[in-house]
Amino acid sequence: MIPELGHFALIVALVLALTQAILPLAGAQRGNLTLMAVARPAAQGQFVFVALAFGCLAYAFLSNDFSVENVARNSFSQLPEIYRFTATWGSHEGSMLLWVMILAFWTAAVSVFSRHLPDDMVARVIGVMGLVSAGFLAFILTTSSPFTRLVPAPMDGRDMNPLLQDWGMILHPPMLYMGYVGFAVAFAFAIAALSSGKLDAAWARWSRPWTTVAWAFLSLGIGLGSWWAYRELGWGGWWFWDPTENASFMPWLAGTALIHSLAVTEKRGAFKAWTVLLAIITFSLSLLGTFLVRSGVLSSVHAFATDPARGSFILGFLAVVIGGSLMLYAWRAPKMLTGGAFTWFSREAMLLANNVVLLAALGSVLLGTLYPLFMDAMGMGKISVGPPYFNAVFVPVMAPMLFLVGVGPLARWKEASLPDMFQRLKWALAVAVVTGFLLPLTLKGFNPWATLGFALAIWILLTVLLGFRDRLKHGARLGSLPRAFWGMQLAHLGLAWGVAGITVVANYEMERDVRMNVGEFTELAGYTFTFRGATERPGPNYRAARGTVEVSKDGRRIAVVHPEKRVYNASGMPMTEAAIHPSFFRDIYVALGEPLDDQGQAWAVRVFYKPFINWLWIGALLLVAGGFLAASDRRYRIALRKLAVPSGAVARGA
Amino acid sequence: MKRWLPVIVFFILVGFFAKGLFLNPREVPSPFIGKPAPAFTLPLVGNEAQSFSPSDMRGKVWLMNVWAPWCVSCRQEHPVLMSLARGQSVPIIGLNWKDKDREAAMLLSTQGSPYYAVPDDLSGKVGIDYGVTGTPETYVIDRQGIVRMKHVGPIDMDVWKKKIEPKLKELGA
Repeated sequence: MIPELGHFALIVALVLALTQAILPLAGAQRGNLTLMAVARPAAQGQFVFVALAFGCLAYAFLSNDFSVENVARNSFSQLPEIYRFTATWGSHEGSMLLWVMILAFWTAAVSVFSRHLPDDMVARVIGVMGLVSAGFLAFILTTSSPFTRLVPAPMDGRDMNPLLQDWGMILHPPMLYMGYVGFAVAFAFAIAALSSGKLDAAWARWSRPWTTVAWAFLSLGIGLGSWWAYRELGWGGWWFWDPTENASFMPWLAGTALIHSLAVTEKRGAFKAWTVLLAIITFSLSLLGTFLVRSGVLSSVHAFATDPARGSFILGFLAVVIGGSLMLYAWRAPKMLTGGAFTWFSREAMLLANNVVLLAALGSVLLGTLYPLFMDAMGMGKISVGPPYFNAVFVPVMAPMLFLVGVGPLARWKEASLPDMFQRLKWALAVAVVTGFLLPLTLKGFNPWATLGFALAIWILLTVLLGFRDRLKHGARLGSLPRAFWGMQLAHLGLAWGVAGITVVANYEMERDVRMNVGEFTELAGYTFTFRGATERPGPNYRAARGTVEVSKDGRRIAVVHPEKRVYNASGMPMTEAAIHPSFFRDIYVALGEPLDDQGQAWAVRVFYKPFINWLWIGALLLVAGGFLAASDRRYRIALRKLAVPSGAVARGA
Repeated sequence: MKRWLPVIVFFILVGFFAKGLFLNPREVPSPFIGKPAPAFTLPLVGNEAQSFSPSDMRGKVWLMNVWAPWCVSCRQEHPVLMSLARGQSVPIIGLNWKDKDREAAMLLSTQGSPYYAVPDDLSGKVGIDYGVTGTPETYVIDRQGIVRMKHVGPIDMDVWKKKIEPKLKELGA
């Protein structure tokens, strides 16, 4: 009964989404206030019904209702309760439902926090989001319903993929989708501006905080995904350039470019056409990611089960939404007048360079990701593109961008002076370059990549400090600096922090694969690892061989860690559960391989020394905090409060 | 013209995606298609005194299914192979690949065996000769011992009906 209720709620949501799309858009076109007024209640109602459907599916999972096919395929009676809940979005169908629920959530949020916007703008924005939502709801209902029953019902389920049974997976998809889907708001604002023909900079001001928040969520989602891969895959890696990862990374690159170009459009009225196009591209890449992951056109380690009907549906939908948007853009773009002239050396020019570099990086990732598909489609053979390509192309492209991060925020709008800039920055530059050269020499000798990484991280750090000094010199107090400024500096600092972490871990990590008998030891990076054997240990839905490894340094025991080798009961799938002893400056990472004899005395053990790896996640968290801080800046809230009263009064008067 | 560029690039991409939907990225063409199946002699699972060699199958069209007890998708494929074996259309040889835990005999006796014979490739050397990239994989071999087709991944009824059965008909099985 409950699953049927969920299915029914989805149908109601689809009807509401269509209403939310058609009536307000028609109203905005004709200037009909009654039709426009449908937007808000329809959007909020849609959210309620999608959330109800999601609740029904979650209930089916929590109550072990194996008569629902999706539950039978992705859950298991012995699965701990928290994972039974997260299994709700562990499958293709469930994650699509999460996708739509988050879209409905963002739309409802726009409907609440848009009191200060003109009615026709609100109607258009919510209408466009309704169109997107209707497409995905139709997709779920026609090809991927999570509520399909299985007759006869099996006694038990097939279990959730063991890789997903980790608490990184509880948070990773919702955060990632909050980001992915959040870009729909910027997209809807761009389309609304294009279709209304009001192509001033106002839409940029309105969509800026939304875009920044979505970007911060996406950063958090990607960071969590990387942290999950590091802990759960047992290889000690944190980024694999897998198509699925790239699918989330490409919208992030475009979104990063977008939040910077929005700043120029809002403050200076420049790049209007470009910013609109970028908003369309960013959300298009989110949609493209959804298509790539779910259609099976690319071979990926963590793609969902694939089905050509689904792929065809999403591709058709993509062609309509993205193709339509780009055509609208091509039609309207000539109407956009570019305001605010600037010279080649100014903050505008720096931000333009930032956009060019980010898009070049995006292009190289896109090319590498799709290259196997191009070759295959043209009958030129099967190939795969791996990390060597991406590292070789991506790193050199990003280096100039990191250099610009130091210059851009210090440059004046409109026109900056190069000699003046050089005067201000020469010491920072010299210190960064010299330390960059010296640091590797104190570690393991000359290393150009380490030099580059260190120099750029220190360069960003110093220029962030210079930015604060500049502001304070002009009479501001730390407490009175706007949150937007703090947010930007914090995010840039996070970037420097992450770059430092990546540089150290990529150049100075160590690993060793050894065969260990009980009582034997091995050494790595000054640490001694002694194997104390492995014992059988049953888990809730798996059996594990639990190893005990003592880690000591200079004869002093610092930790006892327990890496596990698990075999899951329902699927029979083996899993490596690495043991990590973390600290600020390094992780000790121990993974249990295969047993090498019949008595269980000898095991293959893999030990890693991962210096500064945690700086990566700290950097990512600073980036996220910077994003949220910037979006909470006072001027957005003041604008809200000041305009809330008059626009309400006008509406009542009319 | 410049403003139409994004639309044009996008629709070229869509063209590639549409083509891509009907390609299988996991399918790597085998260089053995049209070549004689590599020879080997391996003991049989459950009866080590006897052995199997592809030359035993001369004059028959047969399938070689590479599987392993530790392989999850092979378990998914197992009931499909069982129903095919009941249909008796073509003998299936199940190459037991890298079964280090020695579970194959036990598994086949409890779950049923769809196989005509189960050669035991413990070291995985025969798998290397055939270019096995993962389990399950299935080879169609003709009366002269020539490899005619290779399927990567589990066989389901769809694959069977659309891909393997037509090939068998063509070979006159």
